[in-house]
Amino acid sequence: MFRFILAKLVRAFLTILLVVTFAFIVLRMSGDPAQIMLGPDAPQDAVDAFRARWGLDDPLWQQYLAYLQQILSFDFGVSMRDQSPAIKLVLERIPATLALTIPALILKLCIGIPAGVYAALHRQSVADRGVIMASIFGFTIPSFVLGLVLVLIFAVTLDWLPSGGQDSWRHAILPIATLSIGGIGILARFSRSAMIEVLGQPYIRTAMAKGLPWRDVVWRHALPNAAVPIVTLVGFMVGSLIAGAVVVESIFSWPGVGRLIVVSVANRDLAVVQCLLLVIAASMVMANLLVDFAYGLLDPRLRAKPAAH
Amino acid sequence: MAFVSIRDLRVAFDGVRVLHGIDLDIGKGEAIGLVGESGCGKSVTWLAALGLLPGKARVEGSVTLDGQQLIGAPRSQLEQIRGARIAMIFQDPSSSLNPVQRVGRQIGESLRLHRGLRGAQARTEVLRLMDMVGIPDAKRRIDLYPHEFSGGQCQRIMIAMALAGQPDLLIADEPTTALDATIQAQILELLSGIRRETGMALVFISHDLGAVSAVCDRAAVMYAGRIVETNDIRSLFAAPAHPYTQGLLRAIPDIDASRARLVPIEGTVPDPAALPTGCAFAPRCPRNSQLCQNYAPDLKPQSAGGVVSCFYPVEADQTAMSQRQEVWA
Repeated sequence: MFRFILAKLVRAFLTILLVVTFAFIVLRMSGDPAQIMLGPDAPQDAVDAFRARWGLDDPLWQQYLAYLQQILSFDFGVSMRDQSPAIKLVLERIPATLALTIPALILKLCIGIPAGVYAALHRQSVADRGVIMASIFGFTIPSFVLGLVLVLIFAVTLDWLPSGGQDSWRHAILPIATLSIGGIGILARFSRSAMIEVLGQPYIRTAMAKGLPWRDVVWRHALPNAAVPIVTLVGFMVGSLIAGAVVVESIFSWPGVGRLIVVSVANRDLAVVQCLLLVIAASMVMANLLVDFAYGLLDPRLRAKPAAH
Repeated sequence: MAFVSIRDLRVAFDGVRVLHGIDLDIGKGEAIGLVGESGCGKSVTWLAALGLLPGKARVEGSVTLDGQQLIGAPRSQLEQIRGARIAMIFQDPSSSLNPVQRVGRQIGESLRLHRGLRGAQARTEVLRLMDMVGIPDAKRRIDLYPHEFSGGQCQRIMIAMALAGQPDLLIADEPTTALDATIQAQILELLSGIRRETGMALVFISHDLGAVSAVCDRAAVMYAGRIVETNDIRSLFAAPAHPYTQGLLRAIPDIDASRARLVPIEGTVPDPAALPTGCAFAPRCPRNSQLCQNYAPDLKPQSAGGVVSCFYPVEADQTAMSQRQEVWA
């Protein structure tokens, strides 16, 4: 078990290193921060001073090594814009994003999974067809379209809800709805097919042949087996709790992590973007680790084998 | 008096009839084999009787258990019968057990359901059942998962689970098909032994006549959704009256005549959606005539015992009869 965890952690670390390296290289190949920060009309000596201040004239590999050394000592640099620590800027934004993504995740789980399971148990019924149609509708509409349509209906036409900002809980309703509808659709469809697959398995027939009431067949034999693939998908959703609202935050001018990504990439605020990607990568890797452990809990066949002696 | 009685059982999937009126009686404690090629309706017969077919299946006719009608019975009534009166085990034991539940719990579930045993009492009984079906070291292995057992052991666990409800009838649906030959023999022996001990009736579904002869007193041969011949096992082997039964027997390798060619049955099983008008076996039958192609024969009692549905049944050949009897006795 210890070796299993260790292997997982090493892999997680390598994944994060890869992300960090990639971000570092791409950011430096895609435009000069000095030019963008200071504007096209900035005098040359100001640009030179800026480049010298941030070490942008050093060879790339030197910058990279310095950066790695920095993050290994948990120093994530400061923003080129206002000199505040990058990690502070990022962490400040996380609660606002989670205020959208966590309720959205709860909605996805509480509506998507039951709807999918219900549809699978009542295959070919009107309810089943309804769930399929609704879920296709949900996950095929891009969030930037859905968000704008919701604004048009509920903010502009009906004037029930505000169209943007973060002043009250009412401001969160439309962004949460936009975020969750797609996920509900995907999860409903996925749960439905996972459940249908499991219901066709021989052990379900065994459970029925045993004389178990249908309710118990579903709860004790079908659902625990269908949970394995569903957990994979839920893991992805958990992994995108921090970075999953970029588009929605932009539409509803919600001051979360997503907005910070857009603004700091546009400004080439290197330290902030790198710090953001590091935090996002770490959250995704954590979610994946959780999924791996959940697999072990749910399916004994996927449990780590004890080391051979 | 028959304890399970099937009368004119017909099953159709999406309008295609796969079972064309099965009549079968099973006495208390009797062991009967149901033989035929894949897709001839052997399993469907019993899945239909227990209400285990998918919803799109249309089931007609009658199956009674001690006079109680099962076809069209409400779900709760069938749940009382499944596992408690009639238990069933299946072809692929490894995938017939729930992969994410400990085997002890799966066996215990039947005990709780049908005998109200719980906790330590149930555990003791699970251990006894596992011992009885020959799982070595049951005490240690009761909390393992199905993937930690071999196919043969999974089938033993399935049998233990079936026995947990103390059924009057066990339906064994190709229980040895997925297993190695040596394991097969052990499972057959186990089934025979259990039957001797408990006196329960057994329906042994198989395409393997050898396996059927090892555990059954009587066998019914099915072809394309019909029973074509029923007889006690010795007579069936000694003097098969239906050309199809004869064909099946000729396709079994004979241990004494190692060099002899096996005689296959020409052709293939007809598509249930496009059955011939007359006897379904006529297109493959060496004895067929115009009569067979136009009319389907009924099951008729034979002078030598048994019933057969054939206009031109094979007459018992004395020499062949004695030879066969030697081999299969």
